Amino acid sequence: MNISETDKKIVRAMQGAFPVCSEPYKEIAAAVGISEDALLKRLEEMKQDGTLRKMGAVLRHRQVGFKANALGTWVVPRERMDEVAEIMCAHPEVTHCYDRNTLPDWPYNFYTMIHGDTEEGCRKFAEKLSQETGIKEYSLQFTRREWKKTSMKYFME
Amino acid sequence: MELTSFDKQLLNELQGGIQFVSRPYELMAQKLGVSEQVVLERLDQLQQEGLIRKIGAFFNSDKLGYSGTLIAVKVQQQYIAQVASKINEYPEVTHNYQRSGDYALWFTLITNDAKRREHILTTVRNLPGVSALMDLYSQKKYKIDVRFQLK
Repeated sequence: MNISETDKKIVRAMQGAFPVCSEPYKEIAAAVGISEDALLKRLEEMKQDGTLRKMGAVLRHRQVGFKANALGTWVVPRERMDEVAEIMCAHPEVTHCYDRNTLPDWPYNFYTMIHGDTEEGCRKFAEKLSQETGIKEYSLQFTRREWKKTSMKYFME
Repeated sequence: MELTSFDKQLLNELQGGIQFVSRPYELMAQKLGVSEQVVLERLDQLQQEGLIRKIGAFFNSDKLGYSGTLIAVKVQQQYIAQVASKINEYPEVTHNYQRSGDYALWFTLITNDAKRREHILTTVRNLPGVSALMDLYSQKKYKIDVRFQLK
Protein backbone atom coordinates (compact mmCIF):
# COMPACT_ATOMS: atom_id res chain seq x y z
CA MET A 1 0.00 0.00 0.00
CA ASN A 2 1.33 3.39 -0.98
CA ILE A 3 0.57 6.20 1.40
CA SER A 4 2.23 9.52 0.70
CA GLU A 5 4.39 11.21 3.32
CA THR A 6 1.98 14.15 3.34
CA ASP A 7 -0.94 11.83 4.05
CA LYS A 8 0.98 10.26 6.90
CA LYS A 9 1.63 13.72 8.33
CA ILE A 10 -2.07 14.55 8.00
CA VAL A 11 -3.04 11.36 9.82
CA ARG A 12 -0.52 12.04 12.60
CA ALA A 13 -1.76 15.61 13.06
CA MET A 14 -5.45 14.67 12.90
CA GLN A 15 -5.59 11.50 15.02
CA GLY A 16 -5.35 13.20 18.41
CA ALA A 17 -7.79 15.61 20.01
CA PHE A 18 -9.16 18.07 17.46
CA PRO A 19 -8.76 21.69 18.67
CA VAL A 20 -11.84 23.45 20.00
CA CYS A 21 -11.17 26.97 18.67
CA SER A 22 -12.34 29.26 15.93
CA GLU A 23 -10.08 27.99 13.13
CA PRO A 24 -8.98 24.48 14.14
CA TYR A 25 -7.89 23.30 10.68
CA LYS A 26 -5.46 26.21 10.44
CA GLU A 27 -3.54 24.81 13.43
CA ILE A 28 -3.48 21.32 11.94
CA ALA A 29 -2.38 22.63 8.52
CA ALA A 30 0.50 24.51 10.14
CA ALA A 31 1.62 21.34 11.91
CA VAL A 32 1.50 19.40 8.63
CA GLY A 33 3.20 22.20 6.68
CA ILE A 34 0.51 22.69 4.02
CA SER A 35 -2.12 25.37 3.43
CA GLU A 36 -5.48 25.19 5.16
CA ASP A 37 -7.21 24.87 1.77
CA ALA A 38 -5.00 21.96 0.76
CA LEU A 39 -5.74 20.24 4.07
CA LEU A 40 -9.52 20.71 3.78
CA LYS A 41 -9.46 19.40 0.21
CA ARG A 42 -7.42 16.31 1.14
CA LEU A 43 -9.63 15.55 4.17
CA GLU A 44 -12.71 15.75 1.97
CA GLU A 45 -11.11 13.23 -0.41
CA MET A 46 -10.16 10.93 2.47
CA LYS A 47 -13.74 11.08 3.72
CA GLN A 48 -15.04 10.25 0.23
CA ASP A 49 -12.80 7.22 -0.24
CA GLY A 50 -13.42 5.93 3.29
CA THR A 51 -9.90 6.48 4.69
CA LEU A 52 -11.42 8.91 7.16
CA ARG A 53 -14.47 7.09 8.43
CA LYS A 54 -15.69 9.72 10.84
CA MET A 55 -14.91 13.32 11.71
CA GLY A 56 -16.79 14.24 14.85
CA ALA A 57 -17.29 13.31 18.47
CA VAL A 58 -17.66 10.05 20.34
CA LEU A 59 -19.30 10.31 23.75
CA ARG A 60 -18.60 8.33 26.87
CA HIS A 61 -21.74 6.22 26.85
CA ARG A 62 -21.82 5.55 30.59
CA GLN A 63 -21.94 9.29 31.27
CA VAL A 64 -24.83 9.83 28.86
CA GLY A 65 -27.08 7.17 30.36
CA PHE A 66 -26.16 3.89 28.65
CA LYS A 67 -24.84 2.06 31.70
CA ALA A 68 -24.93 -1.51 30.49
CA ASN A 69 -23.53 -3.05 27.37
CA ALA A 70 -22.99 -6.50 26.00
CA LEU A 71 -21.17 -8.07 23.13
CA GLY A 72 -23.80 -10.20 21.41
CA THR A 73 -22.37 -13.17 19.52
CA TRP A 74 -24.69 -14.95 17.08
CA VAL A 75 -24.70 -17.97 14.80
CA VAL A 76 -26.02 -16.68 11.48
CA PRO A 77 -26.16 -18.81 8.31
CA ARG A 78 -23.75 -17.26 5.80
CA GLU A 79 -26.46 -16.78 3.16
CA ARG A 80 -28.63 -14.82 5.59
CA MET A 81 -25.90 -12.58 6.98
CA ASP A 82 -26.49 -9.41 4.92
CA GLU A 83 -30.21 -9.51 5.61
CA VAL A 84 -29.77 -10.17 9.36
CA ALA A 85 -27.15 -7.40 9.57
CA GLU A 86 -29.54 -4.95 7.97
CA ILE A 87 -32.26 -5.70 10.55
CA MET A 88 -29.89 -5.50 13.52
CA CYS A 89 -27.99 -2.40 12.35
CA ALA A 90 -31.23 -0.48 11.95
CA HIS A 91 -31.51 -0.26 15.76
CA PRO A 92 -29.65 2.64 17.42
CA GLU A 93 -28.94 0.36 20.43
CA VAL A 94 -26.63 -1.64 18.15
CA THR A 95 -23.45 0.38 17.63
CA HIS A 96 -21.15 -2.20 16.03
CA CYS A 97 -21.99 -5.04 13.68
CA TYR A 98 -19.32 -7.38 12.25
CA ASP A 99 -18.90 -10.83 10.83
CA ARG A 100 -15.99 -12.84 12.27
CA ASN A 101 -14.42 -16.23 11.71
CA THR A 102 -15.47 -19.27 13.76
CA LEU A 103 -13.19 -21.73 15.54
CA PRO A 104 -13.68 -25.42 16.42
CA ASP A 105 -15.27 -24.71 19.83
CA TRP A 106 -16.61 -21.27 18.91
CA PRO A 107 -19.61 -21.36 16.55
CA TYR A 108 -20.45 -17.65 16.64
CA ASN A 109 -19.81 -15.83 13.38
CA PHE A 110 -21.68 -12.55 13.85
CA TYR A 111 -21.11 -9.84 16.47
CA THR A 112 -23.16 -6.90 17.72
CA MET A 113 -22.37 -4.39 20.43
CA ILE A 114 -25.60 -3.75 22.34
CA HIS A 115 -26.16 -0.77 24.64
CA GLY A 116 -28.89 -0.38 27.23
CA ASP A 117 -29.79 1.11 30.61
CA THR A 118 -29.46 -2.19 32.48
CA GLU A 119 -28.28 -5.77 31.85
CA GLU A 120 -31.90 -6.90 31.94
CA GLY A 121 -32.66 -4.27 29.27
CA CYS A 122 -29.83 -5.64 27.10
CA ARG A 123 -31.20 -9.19 27.54
CA LYS A 124 -34.69 -8.17 26.51
CA PHE A 125 -33.36 -6.23 23.56
CA ALA A 126 -31.26 -9.20 22.37
CA GLU A 127 -34.34 -11.42 22.63
CA LYS A 128 -36.19 -8.90 20.46
CA LEU A 129 -33.39 -9.02 17.87
CA SER A 130 -33.58 -12.82 17.98
CA GLN A 131 -37.30 -12.77 17.31
CA GLU A 132 -37.03 -10.19 14.54
CA THR A 133 -34.37 -12.16 12.71
CA GLY A 134 -35.23 -15.74 13.64
CA ILE A 135 -31.64 -16.26 14.81
CA LYS A 136 -32.00 -18.46 17.92
CA GLU A 137 -28.43 -19.36 18.80
CA TYR A 138 -26.64 -16.51 20.50
CA SER A 139 -24.92 -15.49 23.72
CA LEU A 140 -24.28 -12.21 25.50
CA GLN A 141 -20.91 -11.29 26.98
CA PHE A 142 -21.60 -8.44 29.37
CA THR A 143 -18.95 -5.81 29.92
CA ARG A 144 -17.61 -6.13 33.47
CA ARG A 145 -14.74 -3.73 33.27
CA GLU A 146 -13.06 -1.42 30.80
CA TRP A 147 -9.32 -2.03 31.11
CA LYS A 148 -8.32 0.11 28.15
CA LYS A 149 -10.02 2.34 25.62
CA THR A 150 -7.96 4.61 23.39
CA SER A 151 -7.74 5.67 19.78
CA MET A 152 -5.16 4.07 17.55
CA LYS A 153 -2.08 6.16 16.81
CA TYR A 154 -0.93 5.39 13.27
CA PHE A 155 2.51 5.91 11.73
CA MET A 156 4.32 6.41 15.02
CA GLU A 157 7.24 4.13 14.13
CA MET B 1 -24.22 17.05 35.55
CA GLU B 2 -27.69 17.63 34.09
CA LEU B 3 -27.56 18.20 30.34
CA THR B 4 -29.66 21.07 29.03
CA SER B 5 -31.63 20.65 25.83
CA PHE B 6 -29.03 22.88 24.15
CA ASP B 7 -26.24 20.53 25.30
CA LYS B 8 -28.06 17.57 23.83
CA GLN B 9 -28.56 19.33 20.50
CA LEU B 10 -24.91 20.32 20.48
CA LEU B 11 -23.70 16.80 21.29
CA ASN B 12 -25.99 15.29 18.67
CA GLU B 13 -24.62 17.71 16.06
CA LEU B 14 -21.07 16.98 17.07
CA GLN B 15 -21.61 13.22 16.84
CA GLY B 16 -23.17 13.74 13.41
CA GLY B 17 -19.95 15.24 12.13
CA ILE B 18 -17.63 18.22 11.92
CA GLN B 19 -17.51 19.84 8.49
CA PHE B 20 -14.36 20.50 6.48
CA VAL B 21 -14.65 24.27 6.47
CA SER B 22 -12.41 26.92 7.94
CA ARG B 23 -14.72 27.63 10.88
CA PRO B 24 -16.62 24.41 11.57
CA TYR B 25 -17.85 25.44 15.03
CA GLU B 26 -19.32 28.62 13.63
CA LEU B 27 -21.24 26.56 11.09
CA MET B 28 -22.55 24.40 13.93
CA ALA B 29 -23.45 27.51 15.94
CA GLN B 30 -25.46 28.92 13.04
CA LYS B 31 -27.43 25.69 12.84
CA LEU B 32 -28.17 25.84 16.57
CA GLY B 33 -28.98 29.55 16.49
CA VAL B 34 -26.20 30.70 18.85
CA SER B 35 -22.84 32.41 18.51
CA GLU B 36 -19.60 30.57 17.82
CA GLN B 37 -18.35 31.72 21.23
CA VAL B 38 -21.23 29.93 23.00
CA VAL B 39 -20.44 26.67 21.20
CA LEU B 40 -16.71 26.87 21.96
CA GLU B 41 -17.22 27.64 25.65
CA ARG B 42 -19.84 24.95 26.15
CA LEU B 43 -17.71 22.33 24.37
CA ASP B 44 -14.81 23.16 26.65
CA GLN B 45 -17.03 22.60 29.68
CA LEU B 46 -18.54 19.37 28.35
CA GLN B 47 -15.04 18.05 27.66
CA GLN B 48 -13.94 18.92 31.18
CA GLU B 49 -17.00 17.13 32.57
CA GLY B 50 -15.79 13.98 30.83
CA LEU B 51 -18.84 13.46 28.63
CA ILE B 52 -16.86 13.42 25.43
CA ARG B 53 -14.38 10.64 24.78
CA LYS B 54 -12.86 12.27 21.72
CA ILE B 55 -13.53 15.05 19.28
CA GLY B 56 -11.63 14.40 16.11
CA ALA B 57 -10.82 12.11 13.22
CA PHE B 58 -11.41 8.36 13.17
CA PHE B 59 -9.50 6.57 10.43
CA ASN B 60 -10.13 3.26 8.70
CA SER B 61 -7.21 0.99 9.63
CA ASP B 62 -7.45 -1.10 6.46
CA LYS B 63 -7.10 1.95 4.23
CA LEU B 64 -3.91 2.96 6.03
CA GLY B 65 -2.31 -0.44 5.52
CA TYR B 66 -3.06 -1.73 9.01
CA SER B 67 -5.13 -4.72 9.94
CA GLY B 68 -7.28 -5.04 13.01
CA THR B 69 -8.56 -8.09 14.81
CA LEU B 70 -10.43 -9.05 17.98
CA ILE B 71 -8.71 -11.37 20.42
CA ALA B 72 -10.55 -13.29 23.13
CA VAL B 73 -8.51 -14.68 26.02
CA LYS B 74 -9.56 -17.44 28.39
CA VAL B 75 -7.88 -16.61 31.67
CA GLN B 76 -8.25 -17.80 35.27
CA GLN B 77 -10.08 -15.37 37.53
CA GLN B 78 -7.15 -14.57 39.83
CA TYR B 79 -4.88 -13.69 36.89
CA ILE B 80 -7.24 -11.33 35.06
CA ALA B 81 -5.83 -8.03 36.38
CA GLN B 82 -2.24 -9.10 35.76
CA VAL B 83 -2.93 -10.32 32.21
CA ALA B 84 -5.03 -7.22 31.42
CA SER B 85 -2.27 -4.84 32.44
CA LYS B 86 0.31 -6.77 30.41
CA ILE B 87 -1.97 -6.59 27.34
CA ASN B 88 -2.50 -2.86 27.91
CA GLU B 89 1.22 -2.19 27.57
CA TYR B 90 1.03 -2.64 23.79
CA PRO B 91 0.18 0.59 21.95
CA GLU B 92 -1.33 -1.60 19.20
CA VAL B 93 -4.04 -2.62 21.70
CA THR B 94 -6.75 0.06 21.59
CA HIS B 95 -9.61 -1.55 23.53
CA ASN B 96 -9.46 -4.16 26.28
CA TYR B 97 -12.58 -5.29 28.12
CA GLN B 98 -13.37 -7.79 30.79
CA ARG B 99 -16.55 -9.69 29.92
CA SER B 100 -18.89 -12.14 31.61
CA GLY B 101 -18.21 -15.34 29.63
CA ASP B 102 -15.50 -18.04 29.78
CA TYR B 103 -13.28 -15.81 27.72
CA ALA B 104 -12.79 -13.06 30.29
CA LEU B 105 -10.69 -10.61 28.28
CA TRP B 106 -11.45 -9.24 24.82
CA PHE B 107 -9.03 -6.85 23.17
CA THR B 108 -8.59 -5.24 19.77
CA LEU B 109 -5.20 -5.37 18.10
CA ILE B 110 -4.22 -3.12 15.18
CA THR B 111 -0.88 -3.75 13.48
CA ASN B 112 0.85 -3.16 10.15
CA ASP B 113 3.43 -5.88 10.64
CA ALA B 114 2.54 -9.58 10.71
CA LYS B 115 5.64 -10.53 12.72
CA ARG B 116 4.91 -8.02 15.42
CA ARG B 117 1.33 -9.26 15.55
CA GLU B 118 2.46 -12.88 15.97
CA HIS B 119 4.92 -11.84 18.64
CA ILE B 120 2.20 -10.09 20.67
CA LEU B 121 -0.22 -13.01 20.37
CA THR B 122 2.39 -15.58 21.33
CA THR B 123 3.46 -13.51 24.34
CA VAL B 124 -0.14 -13.12 25.56
CA ARG B 125 -0.90 -16.82 24.98
CA ASN B 126 2.03 -17.73 27.22
CA LEU B 127 1.20 -15.43 30.12
CA PRO B 128 0.48 -17.16 33.45
CA GLY B 129 -3.22 -17.96 33.86
CA VAL B 130 -4.00 -17.93 30.12
CA SER B 131 -5.40 -21.24 28.86
CA ALA B 132 -6.69 -20.30 25.40
CA LEU B 133 -6.72 -17.46 22.91
CA MET B 134 -8.99 -16.88 19.91
CA ASP B 135 -8.05 -14.66 16.97
CA LEU B 136 -11.37 -13.42 15.56
CA TYR B 137 -10.90 -11.42 12.40
CA SER B 138 -13.60 -9.70 10.43
CA GLN B 139 -14.19 -9.67 6.70
CA LYS B 140 -17.22 -7.47 6.68
CA LYS B 141 -17.96 -4.54 8.92
CA TYR B 142 -21.63 -3.71 8.69
CA LYS B 143 -21.72 -0.89 11.22
CA ILE B 144 -19.05 0.83 13.28
CA ASP B 145 -20.57 4.21 13.97
CA VAL B 146 -20.93 4.84 17.66
CA ARG B 147 -23.61 7.45 18.04
CA PHE B 148 -25.99 8.04 20.89
CA GLN B 149 -28.97 10.17 19.99
CA LEU B 150 -29.70 12.28 23.09
CA LYS B 151 -33.34 13.21 23.59
